Amino acid sequence: MAYGETALASLAALGDPTRRRIFERIAARPAPVGELARGLPVSRPAVSQHLRVLKQAGLVNETSQGTRRIYRIDPRGIAAIRGWLDGQWASALAAFKDFADQETDQGKPE
Amino acid sequence: MSIMPIVRTIRVKAAPNRAFELFASRMGAWWPKGKTVGQKPHVEIVVEPRAEGRWFERDADGNETRWGTVLAWEPPSRLLLGWQLNTHWRYDPDLMTEVELSFAPAEGGGTLVTLEHRNLERFGTDAAERRKSLDGGWPTMLEAFARHADA
Repeated sequence: MAYGETALASLAALGDPTRRRIFERIAARPAPVGELARGLPVSRPAVSQHLRVLKQAGLVNETSQGTRRIYRIDPRGIAAIRGWLDGQWASALAAFKDFADQETDQGKPE
Repeated sequence: MSIMPIVRTIRVKAAPNRAFELFASRMGAWWPKGKTVGQKPHVEIVVEPRAEGRWFERDADGNETRWGTVLAWEPPSRLLLGWQLNTHWRYDPDLMTEVELSFAPAEGGGTLVTLEHRNLERFGTDAAERRKSLDGGWPTMLEAFARHADA
């Protein structure tokens, strides 16, 4: 399912600390690669590589502004949040089922 | 932009009124430990039993961290909660996403519990607003992403 795949790709993409920092910078403000690379302990080509991965994961996209390419958050990245939240609900509901069935089996008066 | 709601159904052995009660009134007992938003682990998660009640966690020191608002309290069949945690995992009174629980008798006994978490696109609105501020970013959410990704 598309949502699940997007979420997984997004999660995997954010698993790398440097990539996560780059993503955070873009989330703070759309920026060209040079600005994103500033102050990071990796080379500019490495930043470009990270940007490619973030793009493939649907977390960022780029627009041309003259000769520069500006990176910004892709709204589809929100789908990743959905996927993550879905996983949280899945584990919460499973925990609820375990608890409720245990209470029922034990016939505890409330 | 609209996002498909999260919908999940489970079946429990308890009858609907009991399932409702365990879900809403004993939330702190079953909610996964460490999966809450307060500074310290929760000892209790309170869903106040009335519309416009608060939904919050409480730690051992008595500190309360708000999650949202009770929008409808209709035992034994329906509970509507307002999830108001933003992408920073902080309570935001201006954010409202709905979590609806329905408790229906299951064929052969027990209860079908259906959860729907909707209005997810509002997280995007929220995120878009955060993006306007220079010191934005979603550190807490990203840490959660990362933990999940690393698992």
